[in-house]
Amino acid sequence: MQHLTKEHFEPISVDLRQAEEIKRPSLSFWADVWRRLKMNKVAMASLIFIVALIVCAVVIPMVSSNDYFTTDLAGKNKKPSAEHWFGTDDLGRDMFVRIWYGARISLEVGLAAAFIDLIIGVIWGGIAGFYGGKVDEIMMRIADILFAIPYLLVVILLMVVLSPGVGTIIIALTITGWIGMARIVRGQILQLKSQEFVLAARSLGADSGRLIFKHLIPNALGPIIVTLSLTVPTAIFAESFLSFIGLGVAAPVASWGTMSSEGLPAMKYYPWRLMFPAVFISVTILAFNLFGDGLRDAVDPRLRK
Amino acid sequence: MLIRYLGKRIFFMLISLFLIVTATFFIMKAVPGGPFTSEKNVPEEIKAALEAKYKLDLPLHEQYFEYLKGVITWDLGPSFTEKSSTVNEMISRGFPVSAHLGAQALLLAIFGGIILGVIAALKHNKWQDYSAMVIAVLGLSVPGFILASFYQYFFAIQWGLLPIAKWEGFEYTILPSLALSASPMAFIARLTRSNMIEVLGQDYIKTAKAKGLHTFTITVKHAIRNALLPVITYLGPLIANILTGAFVIERIFGVPGLGREFVLSITNRDYTVIMGTTVFYSIILVVMILIVDIAYTLIDPRIKLADAGRE
Repeated sequence: MQHLTKEHFEPISVDLRQAEEIKRPSLSFWADVWRRLKMNKVAMASLIFIVALIVCAVVIPMVSSNDYFTTDLAGKNKKPSAEHWFGTDDLGRDMFVRIWYGARISLEVGLAAAFIDLIIGVIWGGIAGFYGGKVDEIMMRIADILFAIPYLLVVILLMVVLSPGVGTIIIALTITGWIGMARIVRGQILQLKSQEFVLAARSLGADSGRLIFKHLIPNALGPIIVTLSLTVPTAIFAESFLSFIGLGVAAPVASWGTMSSEGLPAMKYYPWRLMFPAVFISVTILAFNLFGDGLRDAVDPRLRK
Repeated sequence: MLIRYLGKRIFFMLISLFLIVTATFFIMKAVPGGPFTSEKNVPEEIKAALEAKYKLDLPLHEQYFEYLKGVITWDLGPSFTEKSSTVNEMISRGFPVSAHLGAQALLLAIFGGIILGVIAALKHNKWQDYSAMVIAVLGLSVPGFILASFYQYFFAIQWGLLPIAKWEGFEYTILPSLALSASPMAFIARLTRSNMIEVLGQDYIKTAKAKGLHTFTITVKHAIRNALLPVITYLGPLIANILTGAFVIERIFGVPGLGREFVLSITNRDYTVIMGTTVFYSIILVVMILIVDIAYTLIDPRIKLADAGRE
């Protein structure tokens, strides 16, 4: 046993200044979200997949020796091989390159639709929530009535009339797609607008526009970004659905939905023509969904169950 | 209170329907070229007779009023491409089949989803929970048409267990119903699970446990009832989901329902059929959502009528 002497009982010097010192770097809200997100393995794997998908969709069509429109009737319906990694379709076009062109379309539609939904939804929901009363009542009524119209029916109707193309799909998807975002934003603004920092900003002379877009919206960013990340898979799904029933992009461009639709009748003999686009649609939507779920948990850990 | 609430809801429902009918009409009229431009070398008289038959010779606003009158008296006009049949006939031919398929998928989605969700909640964070949720995430992520083709490939082509297509008996309904119910089932499973977990943590469940009640009694009599309330609100969108999902499922499985008719009319650009089916679908959906909302307020007395259906 250690012998205790008097020195052992000397009080150690206390430096009050040191006790007050902040040892760890203070975490901003987004740094904290990122820290929690990094701990979620599934969400990180999805994020890596999404990034890889984007990079491949950009790079592979540029460097590949094949292109998506050259037909080769002698080499049609070929099995996957070293030359054509995913085989060829009924016109002998290389499936591998077509898949990556399809990825471009799916991602373009998904990201653009989500972005436009974001802009309209934030402005609409922000104004309705901020002004309240009659304005809110009228704006949200309009949204309710639009919302009562089945989403896919509207989209199908518009696609019948407008000429097919990526731009049309995006317009059709966003025409009622923004309502979910508007509702989320409105709910957030209603909660936030009675808080003191709004009063403080107002008493310093901030006008309504500044209050909404500089003070309220940034504080509601968490739920907005989560909604945004879950809009992307919905849009990708809707695009493939439309292409599948023949309302998608026009030939020779092909999206994953068109390719599945073309592959379906040939399923019995050339299953890869259906399998590759189908797997890509499913895994992409899955990755976006899982990432969105993870992001939601990271932004608001109380929601995790 | 209930009467006033109902009146208000029905009023807004009618506005929605009116907007849908109007929008459908003008969107269809905005299509460049008449429906008969593709028919070559038609003599002027025949063309005029055709236009008279489809009331295309009237000015636009009169056509619009005619159409509104048609919708109110439920006469949706003749089909453009199938010259012998009217839109009404097509609906009465196709809808019973679609309703049969839809009802089967609906039941499957509700019961399957609730069972999966309850099991996952009872075995929270155990392997049963994880596997149920993996199934649910997959169900939400794999589009119905892909699921349908995979079912066909494995159950019909590879293993030969079930018929691949057509609509001739019970075994023909199994694969389409399964494919159609997958995504709503997954959604219900997730909803039920999170509600069950919340309910199971509440004090009255602890009381029931402390009284020595059997786990089965607690789950069935005390927990499920409360956990299922939010599932009821989802029934409206669920019906929408199944109706629109049926467009592709019916096409893939060759089911002679209204959904396939609708997709065919899109491919054929058969405008009266597109208009008529859209109006028909919208009416069904809007009415269903109203019924669900009313049922919800009747089942749960804690919900105030004025707030029902919104957050």
